[in-house]
Amino acid sequence: MPVLEVKNLSLTLDGKKILDNLSLEFWEGYIHAVVGPNGAGKSSLASTIMGLDGYQNFDGDILFKGKSLKQVSIDKRAKFGLTLSWQEPARFEGLLVIDFILASAKNKNKDIAENALNTVGLDPENYLFRAVDKTLSGGERKKIELASIMVMEPVIAMMDEPDSGIDIASIEKIFEVIKVLKKRGTTIILITHSLAVLDQADHAFLICKGQLQDKGSVEKISQYFKSVCEPCDHKNKPDGTIQSIGKQNSDNIQVDQGEKNE
Amino acid sequence: MNNDYTTARDLYQQTDTDADVLTDPEIAHLIVNEDQVLGMHGVPGLNIKTEQIEQGLYIDINLKPQHKIEKPVHLCFGMLPEKGTQRIEMKVNIGDHSSIAILAHCVFPRAVEVKHIMNAEIVIGENAVYRYQEKHVHSDSGGVEVIPKARIVVGKSSRFSTEFVLLKGRVGIIDVDYSAEGLAHSVIDMNARISGLQEDVIKINEQAYLHGEHSTAVLTSKIAVRDRARAEIKNKIVATAPYARGHVDCKEIVQDQGVANAVPIVEVAHPKAHVTHEAAIGSVDNKQLETLMSRGISEDEGVEMIIQGLLSK
Repeated sequence: MPVLEVKNLSLTLDGKKILDNLSLEFWEGYIHAVVGPNGAGKSSLASTIMGLDGYQNFDGDILFKGKSLKQVSIDKRAKFGLTLSWQEPARFEGLLVIDFILASAKNKNKDIAENALNTVGLDPENYLFRAVDKTLSGGERKKIELASIMVMEPVIAMMDEPDSGIDIASIEKIFEVIKVLKKRGTTIILITHSLAVLDQADHAFLICKGQLQDKGSVEKISQYFKSVCEPCDHKNKPDGTIQSIGKQNSDNIQVDQGEKNE
Repeated sequence: MNNDYTTARDLYQQTDTDADVLTDPEIAHLIVNEDQVLGMHGVPGLNIKTEQIEQGLYIDINLKPQHKIEKPVHLCFGMLPEKGTQRIEMKVNIGDHSSIAILAHCVFPRAVEVKHIMNAEIVIGENAVYRYQEKHVHSDSGGVEVIPKARIVVGKSSRFSTEFVLLKGRVGIIDVDYSAEGLAHSVIDMNARISGLQEDVIKINEQAYLHGEHSTAVLTSKIAVRDRARAEIKNKIVATAPYARGHVDCKEIVQDQGVANAVPIVEVAHPKAHVTHEAAIGSVDNKQLETLMSRGISEDEGVEMIIQGLLSK
């Protein structure tokens, strides 16, 4: 049984269909990537799974270990072990990094926060007692958010554009965090349109216009990226070579239920 | 151990401050309960005089020129009874090239109907520093009325900073009225951080007049109102001199049936002066709250964390 199952999920916001009968299965301990162009519905999918404000009225269902998450509040979902890191993390005036990190920790120990900061590449001495506010860059807040997810030890961690705002020198640190989480048994869902992030995954879903276009191995899904195209009629127009890859897949989408890259 | 000393220690213990400061010869202090002076200690260069007046207590604090007081001076204004009025008339004079930090505790832990009225005149000489931090401990009844009023003149190249914080208990009514005039190269920094509950009323009226060249002022108010509490914040900066700089920053979080308003007034009467303001009033930021909730923190705990963060330094 998948640890998380999205079943026939449809979401409409302001009269526009954002997710369209989407069905995905996420397997325990795997790194899944959800990829697609801007506006494909990737972040909306993560927001809906997390139950954020404005994303609670949908058709279909979301099952966590077989139980529906409908009517379940965000904090309850988090207590089940589901969490999300934002593409652009929030700023908190006056809230210290140590308090932010330890808020999600089972063990409220300063050492835990220090270790997590070290893992994401931030010196605890310089960061623990700073506020998570505008004095920190987006990249620094992103790392602090990842540190807070590490100490939470979640069952499922959704990461929306985990490389967004991260400098090239630090990107490997982010990938290291992803590997550490996987090693601990966390199922990871990477929301991305970056090939480098996609490469960290074991398995990928390609969505466009809120619909599942393809899924399977990273190698298979990355072909769409390498060709800068999508198999649907999206604004990016593929060239001849790309057309053949895209066309082939869009004409004959093989959605293998429960396919895994084992 | 006499009764006054015991009472003084009792007051201090309410503030989570080490009462040993009252016996440290290097720390000046003044302890007042109602209109009675329970204890007083000075340090070289600093003269503190008190006098009973018809309606309360007169306090004169005089720091001689060329004196830097190393350790914060402790003032404690307490009202241990449930009812009563404490009226303080205070004059502060800070000599040229001197500096002092005052930590004032206002302690009304059992208040049911207590009024604390403070009228202060503060004159800061040239190249001097006066820091005043006011920490309040109130009862949970909401029966406290705090009315501090201060008129301040900040001399050339001098610095005046004030901070108002409620540590414990309910606000009741707080009605702050501070007005400061800054001479050349002076700095005025006024900061209030208060959280109101139930029927609390928070009124802040802070004004800074930048009459000197290169004078600066920052007026900051961080307020939270929950239940049916109300807040009215008026921050005014008037800049009349070249290169005067000012900024008004007001942030108010409103929850439940709380009501908050902010009136930032900026007036510039010189083409080379510059004053800015920002005000943000509203509920707790949804993204902040959802971030905390996505870590397993309940909505109520998340709101509290966000508010405490806002109110912290």
